[in-house]
Amino acid sequence: MVYFKSHNIISSLGFTTEENFDSMVADKIGITSISDSRYYPEAFPASMIDENKLNKEFDIIAENYSNSNNYTKLEKMLIISVVDALSKTYVDIISSRTAIVLSTTKGNIDLLSNNNENTLDSQRVLLWKLGEVIQDFFSNSNKVIVISNACISGVLAINTAAMYIESGQFDNVVVTGGDIVTRFVVSGFMSFMSLSPTACKPFDKDRDGLSLGEAAGTIILSKFPDKATQNIIFKGGATANDANHISGPSRTGEGSYIAIKKAMNQANINPEKVDHISSHGTATPYNDEMESIAIERHGLENSPVNSIKGYLGHTLGAAGIIETAILLEEMRQNTVLKTAGYNESGVSQPINIIENTSDVELVSCLKMASGFGGSNAAMVISKV
Amino acid sequence: MNKLFVKKYCHIRNNSIYVDGELLYSDKEAEGLRSFEKSVYRHLKPSYNKFFKMDEISKLGFLAAEVLLSDIDTSSYNEEDISIILSNSHSTLVTDQNHQLTVDDYDNFFPSPSVFVYTLPNIMIGEISIRHKFRGENTFFIVENFNAELITNHINSLFLTRKSKAFLGGWVNQSEDDYEAFLYWVSGEGDFKHNATEINRLYKLIS
Amino acid sequence: MEELIEKLKVQIIEQLNLEDMEPEDIDADESLFGEGLGLDSIDALELIVLLEKEYGIKIKNPKDGQKIFFSIRTMAEFIQDNQK
Repeated sequence: MVYFKSHNIISSLGFTTEENFDSMVADKIGITSISDSRYYPEAFPASMIDENKLNKEFDIIAENYSNSNNYTKLEKMLIISVVDALSKTYVDIISSRTAIVLSTTKGNIDLLSNNNENTLDSQRVLLWKLGEVIQDFFSNSNKVIVISNACISGVLAINTAAMYIESGQFDNVVVTGGDIVTRFVVSGFMSFMSLSPTACKPFDKDRDGLSLGEAAGTIILSKFPDKATQNIIFKGGATANDANHISGPSRTGEGSYIAIKKAMNQANINPEKVDHISSHGTATPYNDEMESIAIERHGLENSPVNSIKGYLGHTLGAAGIIETAILLEEMRQNTVLKTAGYNESGVSQPINIIENTSDVELVSCLKMASGFGGSNAAMVISKV
Repeated sequence: MNKLFVKKYCHIRNNSIYVDGELLYSDKEAEGLRSFEKSVYRHLKPSYNKFFKMDEISKLGFLAAEVLLSDIDTSSYNEEDISIILSNSHSTLVTDQNHQLTVDDYDNFFPSPSVFVYTLPNIMIGEISIRHKFRGENTFFIVENFNAELITNHINSLFLTRKSKAFLGGWVNQSEDDYEAFLYWVSGEGDFKHNATEINRLYKLIS
Repeated sequence: MEELIEKLKVQIIEQLNLEDMEPEDIDADESLFGEGLGLDSIDALELIVLLEKEYGIKIKNPKDGQKIFFSIRTMAEFIQDNQK
């Protein structure tokens, strides 16, 4: 069995999963208007991390690790995240039986900018080098396994970690992931006209695009359970390609449908047993519609579904990880969070969108993700 | 782990394409990857308009897959059972730099969606999937050098957990001054055993 | 107008990477997003970039694109009406 142990979120809403979750329960959202010409000539909504807070936190950690090296913003986010997750469970980070899997779409892409003040080696922009930096900080024996597969990277990284533990390659895997808001990414999405001018509204009839966010997240998986608490295990996971278009999702939700099917088959679970779905829910017209179709095709229209992106925006390589961390916390508390930004359904299928944060007994849940390149991922997790 | 084999493999480097270690096509006159790719396209004639919209690294992956799959009968597999597991060291760095140039200067600020969409390494997996209608597992790894063990273990695990029956595996990379592709087809039949030692041996046949 | 139409054909072939296409291959009145050229959603967004880059016209709502980009001629007419 593959157990979920500890987890962490570094975002605009806090530097632990608990802080993030409590803020969400209190209806706080982390998306604000950003007026900073480093990122874009005009103001735009996004979920951004407090840089002063980040640097302060990191300095404390660096001192504890007797480390005086230079690190980029993303590296600090990832390191703080892993340190917090490690502090909440016992895992030997140095052991060769412990692997680190890193999920990111663009890594230290801010280093490409000609405005970049960093004097770091230009090789640092390479994602394997980012992995090496993380490996070295924690003195882990294995090369960090870097997965870069658009917005499904996070869920894919967790699926992969579980697969490696089940096959006996490792006993523990620290899955960490992150992405930062940069001019590179903001302008790219602006050219797609896919950013909403206000905080995003997943599944809503007035939804008009996504909101970007930056975050780091960590989830630790292990073949060893935590004795003290109720355990949640990985039951099944899969990815599938739409084979349709490189940026728009399949209108019939083909890839999403297949990924969910394979994940549920592996989990040996029927639709009526899926107590809650954490969707990808980016709030673009096409994504949310596609997901509603995939959900309905599986007969999952009764399972309460939400999207966390209304709170923290679309955090790209971090998304699958931080949203799974929130899902784990929802399961621990038997509470489902409302879909921030949602008012009235704007999707064609009669899915059960969560409108109010409420108590629901959660035993088995489904996580969905989709991304550019026609990629889709799904994962089923359950309490034991 | 005896059930998977490598049936066919191809290398693209130094303006040449090799299939199963034998030279298939070469164009030493072509200057630069873009020019070489155009030459290959004219030679292979896949008749695929979308090709010219791709960036250079996606074209490279596309052409390698085109050559590799030209005589492989994939119809015996369900589309959901054919997976693509690729890797490289530079992600999409060259395209990233092109995109960055369009946004560095606010007085000349023209980010282009057709450039930006290619700033993700798994897009080439998408292009190959669309062309060949593969709907199985996808994973893109970033590693310093081609790591046969990593890809082999991943493919074996997917096979053993019954998530996939056939695979396109390999390495497709473009750095500022060089490019390289090594792609291979893994399934229940073939002449070479599917293990890291064999894959490494095949990889090193062309250098 | 005809001059603008010819110029647009060249610009579109360039901007959309329509390799192997010559201006004479495109009919000024044929539907750009129909069978002929087979343009897709990314191409539509690229045309928006083209309008801004070459003609200084900004389109805020991508949905407006459907009418404007129906054909080369409708594009040319839009440019003549809106160019600064």
